[in-house]
Amino acid sequence: MDWIYAPWPWYVSGPLIALTMALLILVGKRFGMSTNLETFCSLGGAGKRIPYFNVNIKSRKWGLLVVLGAVIGGFLSVNFLSADTSVNITPATVSQLNTLGFESAGNAYLPSELFGEGAWSNVKTVLVLLVGGFLVGFGARYAGGCTSGHSISGISNLQIPSIIATIGFFLGGLLMVHFLYPLIF
Amino acid sequence: MKSLSYLLIGIFFGIVMFKSEAASWFRIYEMFRFDSFHMYGLMGSALILGAILIGLIKRTKVKSFFGEKIVIAEKQKSFWRYALGGILFGLGWALAGACPGPIYVLVGAGFWPILIVLFGAVLGTLCYGLLKSKLPH
Repeated sequence: MDWIYAPWPWYVSGPLIALTMALLILVGKRFGMSTNLETFCSLGGAGKRIPYFNVNIKSRKWGLLVVLGAVIGGFLSVNFLSADTSVNITPATVSQLNTLGFESAGNAYLPSELFGEGAWSNVKTVLVLLVGGFLVGFGARYAGGCTSGHSISGISNLQIPSIIATIGFFLGGLLMVHFLYPLIF
Repeated sequence: MKSLSYLLIGIFFGIVMFKSEAASWFRIYEMFRFDSFHMYGLMGSALILGAILIGLIKRTKVKSFFGEKIVIAEKQKSFWRYALGGILFGLGWALAGACPGPIYVLVGAGFWPILIVLFGAVLGTLCYGLLKSKLPH
């Protein structure tokens, strides 16, 4: 059972992601995580001012339960299913990150420089996380889906729009990491 | 019963996201540097098996566990919303190092600054809702 506590290799996790998608389809729903961001806006009353958010919240309840489950899954993983959560990225990436000032590379699950306790009091860190999140939310809803809805579900269902969106995801990501990171960090 | 099934699938998904390290900022950064096969293997194997499973579900016209007809929606045909929205999403994915699923997972794992990312994502969604009619789709 020791394998449970180690990081799961891609050839185990990838098929399990496909299984998650299939299970959601087989309970009559779909695999898409960013629609819930809209539901949060609707729950906050945005539907009164903006028609886009005026949806029947009851029809979105299932998604919120999946989100709640994902939160619980994260809690269980870190507390009961992991021995060491540091992520074994390649030495080349570690040294690259070190030059950008990320000393925690190779020794943590998330960079402590961005997600450590000091994050809240560092204006730059808060801005990086806020802008990153903003782009994720805006982009996902503009594109009509995120990694789960397009890159996994959409492409699995052979949808051209999902291929365009996924190429966009990578273009944006490459632009950020290769051209904008040296300016930001 | 239905509610419990959604919750359990969510828990399963959360564990897979965390244990696969797809929820790790470091893995996303490494992926965009093309330095490891991990994330490509993860997504590649997920969508190859996913395509087989969706093909089977469509071909066998299987009913849902609750006896309902299964409808897999087609994406609306267009270019700009996918290209532009996709690029904006990718910029955020690489900066925050998390996409929506992992954001929820990391909240549960207790990385509290991820709440800033979540707040930003809800704010971004709200702004999209406001600007939708003015954007090229």
